[in-house]
Amino acid sequence: MTRNRTALGVVLIVVVVLATGIYLWRVGGPSGATAATAPADGAAITLVDQRDGGDTVASVDPSATDGTRTPTGLRCQRIYTAGGTTVCLRVAGIGPSFEAAVFVGGAVVKSIPLPGVPSRARVSASGKIVSWTVFVTGDSYASAGGFSTRTGYFDLRSGEVVESLETYALTVDRTAHTASDVNYWGMTFEADDTAFYATVGTGGRRWLIKGSTATRTAATVRQGPECPSLSPDGKRLAYKKATKWVGRWELAVSDLATGVETVIPGTAGIDDQAAWLDDSTLAYGVPSQQTGVPGVYRVAADGKSEPVLVATAASSPVPAR
Amino acid sequence: MYIASARAGARTRLGAVPRTVVALGVVSLLTDVSAEMITAFLPVYLLFSLNIGYVQFGLLDGLYTGATAVLRLVGGHVADRLRRPKLVAGIGYGLSAATKLVFPAVGASAFGIGGVIAADRAGKGLRTAPRDALISLSVPPERLGTAFGVHRSMDTVGAMIGPIVTFLILTNLGSAPTPFFVVSFGFAVLGLIVLGFFVPERAQAAASVGPRPSIKAGLALLKDVPFRRAGMIAALLGLATVSDAFVFVLVQRTTEIPLGWLPLLPLGTALTFLLFAAPLGRLSDRIGRWPVFFGGHVLLLGVYLLLLAPAGGVPLAVAALLMHGLFYAATDGVLSAWTGAMIPESLRGSGLAVVQTGQALARLVSSIAFGFLLQYATLSTAVLTAVGLLGVALLVVLVVTRKEESAS
Repeated sequence: MTRNRTALGVVLIVVVVLATGIYLWRVGGPSGATAATAPADGAAITLVDQRDGGDTVASVDPSATDGTRTPTGLRCQRIYTAGGTTVCLRVAGIGPSFEAAVFVGGAVVKSIPLPGVPSRARVSASGKIVSWTVFVTGDSYASAGGFSTRTGYFDLRSGEVVESLETYALTVDRTAHTASDVNYWGMTFEADDTAFYATVGTGGRRWLIKGSTATRTAATVRQGPECPSLSPDGKRLAYKKATKWVGRWELAVSDLATGVETVIPGTAGIDDQAAWLDDSTLAYGVPSQQTGVPGVYRVAADGKSEPVLVATAASSPVPAR
Repeated sequence: MYIASARAGARTRLGAVPRTVVALGVVSLLTDVSAEMITAFLPVYLLFSLNIGYVQFGLLDGLYTGATAVLRLVGGHVADRLRRPKLVAGIGYGLSAATKLVFPAVGASAFGIGGVIAADRAGKGLRTAPRDALISLSVPPERLGTAFGVHRSMDTVGAMIGPIVTFLILTNLGSAPTPFFVVSFGFAVLGLIVLGFFVPERAQAAASVGPRPSIKAGLALLKDVPFRRAGMIAALLGLATVSDAFVFVLVQRTTEIPLGWLPLLPLGTALTFLLFAAPLGRLSDRIGRWPVFFGGHVLLLGVYLLLLAPAGGVPLAVAALLMHGLFYAATDGVLSAWTGAMIPESLRGSGLAVVQTGQALARLVSSIAFGFLLQYATLSTAVLTAVGLLGVALLVVLVVTRKEESAS
């Protein structure tokens, strides 16, 4: 009886192991996309193709819907390119742990270990400053006391890496802020490669901040806007803005000179740092309302038209310039 | 049969733990591979595969932790009542296994994902007390420390393998979610098979000693002075225990080691825990469970004190993680061994559940309070508060136990 029971147990174990093994063998890996080359320049945009889970960076024509995707050979969770510099946030080791790989002219010039899961990536227009935001999750499903983020940057001119903005002197509403629960996310740089916008969260509130890498200071601008993205001409700021639903945002664009804010219709559900394709067009990733599969959309920044689907099962759009 | 073989060697040796404990250790190992695979994958799944935010999950997390703490009481009580801890534990393991297949079905719905995580936690809540009751009933009281130590060590091996499996799938198959859930389900099913076919249901179920299990009998346990005192000590010290996530963040910040090492810090604690859980459990069988449990919390106080030293670098971080791992090795299984020996066999599940629930709720309160404190205070103030709280708690516990000893 006991012997039969043991034998049956062993048989079942073998069956489960074999079934899982056969499943994995049939799934196979993503099709040959391991060569480490940066995406080629062109009139296209690059994005992360999530169709077969390969995280393959591909270039597509943004004017078509679901046009041909040409793999670049990179695999990243998040990518951004500007001024000849590409940053690729990708898996680096067990944990799993991640790294920010910085490419110039197709070669990796720097790898920076990241303290969490990739969320945002940005390169200044000149290609001289690279920044990233990661989620730090602790050892449980979600870290106790809510979520936390780390935002850092790498200055290609000096070679300096600032691992986290939390060392910056922060001013909230003109008062020096000393609380320890400060989280930064979503940097975007001005043309001088020194001044930047970003988001800070503390005490359950979020603020748009403006800071300087020269003085290592940051001050709140106003409450609400998150994941800012400065237009190429530096005149407008795109960001996500909370709706009346908790954890739900929509895309908005603010004119920095006049302060006039335009909410872009049809963008509810966005949780991304939008990318400017040119001075009048934005691109971003958002999960489909129907299927939940993330897709990349483009939309006019004047808020006068609805978003247009560029690619299904894709994220992290950036103009290949 | 297994009790006889366990009693064959007069001295406690690590190799002499009964088959049931080893089999339950294998069950926990496989289940932890399954669970920790998903814990490691979930951030990638939410942020990358689904492209949805994290905010809601942090809010719900505390709620789940509280709810599952209460479910432990249910699991323990039902296991005693039916006299079938293995069956109740099996339902808990089964529920968690099933959730792995439900994940892909709920898609990107934050509500759905929250529900699946809650069901997974419910399974964990249900199974913990009956499983610990099974362990405690399969060894003589003088070996409980070793048995729990071996079990916790095997459990932690699984917790370390899980993230490695996730990494292997990520690098070889990419981040398509289905393989993660299928493989995780596979490990969970293996755990269920080992539980079903290699763990005997309580052999002495019919002859278990003690009062008939009922809610009243469970509550009457609290009238027993040593048991009540142990439960209150565990809860009081739990109130002064800062959650792991905070400890790792604090270790990185105060020692000023590179931020990129943050994901690796939990491995340091886990490795120490798995190496020392069995030896310290065995030590607790020899010199007593209370001194080891108390000593473990003194080590935790040591961790907090190390965090006050400015910029200690790598050596200080290593020392802090070593002590943090030793704290777990000296307290986690030892608490069940310590209190298990005070509970009549017929109420083992309920009794262990009461102690574990008290400790878990206390730690939840502490973690919420600490998060709240960080909204207003600087890091060093927060660490000083933790040092003060734990120091006072340890003193109170010491005074109370001395008094009780001289009174009895």
